[in-house]
Amino acid sequence: MNTTANTTPPGPPPSAAPSAPRGGTTPAPGGPRRRLAAILHRRARLRLSLLLSAPMLWLGVAYLGALAALFVSALWRTDTFTGDLVRELTWANFRELLTTEVYRTIALRSVGVAAAVTLIDLVIAFPMAFAMAKLAPPRAQRWLVIAVLTPLWASYLVKAYAWRVLLSADGLLGWGYGLTATIITLSYLWLPYMILPIYAGLERLPNSLLEAAGDLGARGRRTFRTVVWPLTFPAVVAGSIFTFSLSLGDYITVKIVGGRSQLIGNVVYDNIGAANNLPFAAAVATVPVLIMLAYLAAVRRTGALENL
Amino acid sequence: MNLSRTARAMLWAALAGGLAVVYVPLLIVLLNSFNADRTFGWPPPGFTLRWWEAAWNSTGVREALWTSIQAALGATAIALVLGTMVAFALQRHSFFGRDAVSLLIILPIALPGIVTGIALNNAFRAVLEPFGLGLGMFTVIVGHATFCVVTVYNNVLARLRRTGSSLEEASADLGADVFTTFRLVTFPMIRSALLAGGLLAFALSFDEIIVTTFTAGAGVKTLPLWIFENLFRPNQAPVVNVVAAALIVLSVVPIYLAQRLSGGEAGPR
Repeated sequence: MNTTANTTPPGPPPSAAPSAPRGGTTPAPGGPRRRLAAILHRRARLRLSLLLSAPMLWLGVAYLGALAALFVSALWRTDTFTGDLVRELTWANFRELLTTEVYRTIALRSVGVAAAVTLIDLVIAFPMAFAMAKLAPPRAQRWLVIAVLTPLWASYLVKAYAWRVLLSADGLLGWGYGLTATIITLSYLWLPYMILPIYAGLERLPNSLLEAAGDLGARGRRTFRTVVWPLTFPAVVAGSIFTFSLSLGDYITVKIVGGRSQLIGNVVYDNIGAANNLPFAAAVATVPVLIMLAYLAAVRRTGALENL
Repeated sequence: MNLSRTARAMLWAALAGGLAVVYVPLLIVLLNSFNADRTFGWPPPGFTLRWWEAAWNSTGVREALWTSIQAALGATAIALVLGTMVAFALQRHSFFGRDAVSLLIILPIALPGIVTGIALNNAFRAVLEPFGLGLGMFTVIVGHATFCVVTVYNNVLARLRRTGSSLEEASADLGADVFTTFRLVTFPMIRSALLAGGLLAFALSFDEIIVTTFTAGAGVKTLPLWIFENLFRPNQAPVVNVVAAALIVLSVVPIYLAQRLSGGEAGPR
């Protein structure tokens, strides 16, 4: 692989040799703009570095730097009496995190909630996406996509709030608040993030494959198991990245409908705010990050990241 | 595909049921904004426009709305520039570490918002405090832009993939320099992708609360922060509900625009 544009056919390289200009304009050194353009045209590497410069300064240096600083501070501690930061390396935060029963319970509960939300969304989203992509006539498809997209634009808080009203004791459902309410609300919030990648994956799946499976005698269930599911699996994983990650870090929904239950996000939040213990908050925050990184690493090979 | 009649009916039912579940809560918020009962007793004892009037006259709501619009505009502008640059770098060049760069761009939305939030909060305070500066609108915009880049990037990347670079090569062969080609060929090609991505970036920023909580200074209150703050105050509940209802109604505008602009392919990516 070279630095040339990857769709360029292997023709003559774009040399700067003055190719007999037609008309009156000559490529002779015009203004500085022209010379700059010529340099940029010739040097793909330079073009690339310029294109990458600002984004990499922002995301690569500033953002990654901020993340790194946060995780370094997880190895510090705060003075018990004054509350000041003590910049000495210590594993105390992680030791406390791993040995304290409460934190283990909360971490497991958060992963459980995220997994439950992902599963619920998958079960609801797959049939919906399938009906949209394979059963609906093409004209209706466009409207169905709009119908699924619309709630994404409505505010996150508004939707969580809608469930607060629905679930409140004198509301329409009146089931009350708690962990179940949290799972329901989170599933509701992230459902479109699951539907859309699966829909896109199913849309890419040629109908001819389904027909071939049918012609060869496979029933619906068998076609699903041997054709549809393997080919849309990357899309499913892409959707699950959203639902899992968004649920794992949430602390707002829990506050709105969770009653007194707590997730990892709440522990981080409380340690930043009320307890003013940044090192411990940072240590707790490593838990969802490590889980997400492990998740991303595990699904990289499925090609899911191309489906995001 | 050999689908039995029952299977088809069940799939249609799942779609209809799913859409109903998606929309019923939103409709209830809309209805409740006219509910005469202050605590949204169900069924509503009567209907009133009182709460809409109260929300319209609330200075807190107006100021928060304006703050949100400013923050979203700033973040969108930055995301448009950065997202386009990365999309071009990754689509038109191949280089060592390309996968790492594309992973880096999705990282801010792949990681839980609270992690991005406290990391930025920590960094801002370490960098700004020595200069006597505090958190404010600027830090909110920086925070939002960080996770908005990906929406523009995805839209532009998809567009570049589809159009290829033959038109640009033709333009170069005809003697146009890099800037002219960008102005006359490349930009018109990606314009609608930029609009769709920008719209999505705006919506993401407008709605964001977690990163905002950690990057907004004392004086900056975006609409989501205002809503969250007033959510648990019983006497503010009707006004909060009206704001929620208004946001649901207003969300039709960007959808309509996105559909018009990108010819029906405005996804969240």
